[in-house]
Amino acid sequence: MQTVVFWVLAVAAVGFGVAVFVVDSMARATFALLASFLCVGGELLLLDLNYLGVLVVLMMIMEMLVMAVFMIMYMMNPGGLMPMTMVHNRRAALTISIAVFAAMAAGVLLTPWPHRRGAVPHDPAFSLGEAIMGPKMLVMMVIGIAILATMIGSVVLATDRGRYDRPPGRDGGAA
Amino acid sequence: MSDGAPVGAAVALPLVLAGLAYSAAVMDAAFRTGDGPAAPLRESVLLLLRQRRRTLASDVPLVRIGVISLPVAALLAAAVIPLDGGPGGSRVWNLPVSVVWFNAMEVVAWASLWLAGWGANSAFPLVGGYRFLAQGLAYELPHMFALITASLGAGSLDFGAIAAAQDEVWFAVWMPVAFAVYLLSALAMAFWGPMEHPVADDLGGGAAAELSGPDRLLFFAGRLALVAVAAAAAVPLFLGGGAGPWLPGWAWTLIKTVAVLALLVWLRGRWPVIRMDRFMTAAWAVLIPAALLQALVVGVVVLD
Repeated sequence: MQTVVFWVLAVAAVGFGVAVFVVDSMARATFALLASFLCVGGELLLLDLNYLGVLVVLMMIMEMLVMAVFMIMYMMNPGGLMPMTMVHNRRAALTISIAVFAAMAAGVLLTPWPHRRGAVPHDPAFSLGEAIMGPKMLVMMVIGIAILATMIGSVVLATDRGRYDRPPGRDGGAA
Repeated sequence: MSDGAPVGAAVALPLVLAGLAYSAAVMDAAFRTGDGPAAPLRESVLLLLRQRRRTLASDVPLVRIGVISLPVAALLAAAVIPLDGGPGGSRVWNLPVSVVWFNAMEVVAWASLWLAGWGANSAFPLVGGYRFLAQGLAYELPHMFALITASLGAGSLDFGAIAAAQDEVWFAVWMPVAFAVYLLSALAMAFWGPMEHPVADDLGGGAAAELSGPDRLLFFAGRLALVAVAAAAAVPLFLGGGAGPWLPGWAWTLIKTVAVLALLVWLRGRWPVIRMDRFMTAAWAVLIPAALLQALVVGVVVLD
């Protein structure tokens, strides 16, 4: 059962990934990519990496929606409503992607993977965090808060309606 | 789907959710127009029978995905909410990080509205879809902080454990700011009541303007289901889950859920639709700091 689900999700992830380059609209490409990521999130859930899996689902939905706004904003045709091809510079792009794929596939096959020692930890996400951050946890937490504060601050500063744009007579508006 | 998933609950869940969504529609009709309980049914049948209207060069698959994903997301969110309190509470999917999953499914609504708005190839729905993205982004942070505060109080990201941690005092009592922020941001995540700017009348219906027939029915039923799920999640998060005298856990859960739902529906008739671009400042400058301060207070109490 698990194997079947794994393969269905794996094939779907690759299939949606291919669809990104086949479809002729930026909106469809965005959501094909999102579907591919959701399949990857499903794979993580299948591995009992609950937190990582759910986090991938949550973050990817938000991220791809924000991406959609920016991609359509910066597109060549107005509003992105005309059909357009999703590939450019076909030959070089193909060469590069095939080379990268070959290198990564070779890495998968050539790496001497270690065998599992001990049992699966009770909370894999917690153990992963400890393994990656270890004694730097406090620093990472502080940096996390600083990044969050920076993001909120930059959004507040970047909103177009400043205090001089409010209609006159309103609290804080220009007279 | 981990072990112990009761098959009965999996069958009952869509029915319960549909019942809650219907009761929300009935209350909405009663509060706003004084119509009887048959009014939502009549409207549903009308929509079912009506032929679909198509716009020129619309992206039909994207619209369909957007419309269908709304009720599906509500159902998937409901799957992790325990019916009775306690860590072993019966629910369809026994996920240890259920609060994060619930939030992820709420965020699916962003995609739903954007897809429905974009796919119609029409100006007003497009504006509505973008409005909801901005609204979702602005309210996701306070929403997340409210969820995190409740999780912090219980030391767990699991609805069951959070409900079980409220044996002595409900979280709504000792973290009232988080509760208020949760309710307000849940309204925004379900584009309901004062936060329904993305589908508001000033845009001729916004993201849903071009939806007709069964599409329209699914879309608005999905929104009601989202509101119902938000109300249901408030029960284990802030209102002690299924705890209460005399009655069994599931009955208390249902009573509290309907109470919160009634409040949310009443607010819709009570408050005007807020212009999101004006109110955004309040979200960023008031709600987020308030939610952070509440999280700080709870964190200090928990550490003690």
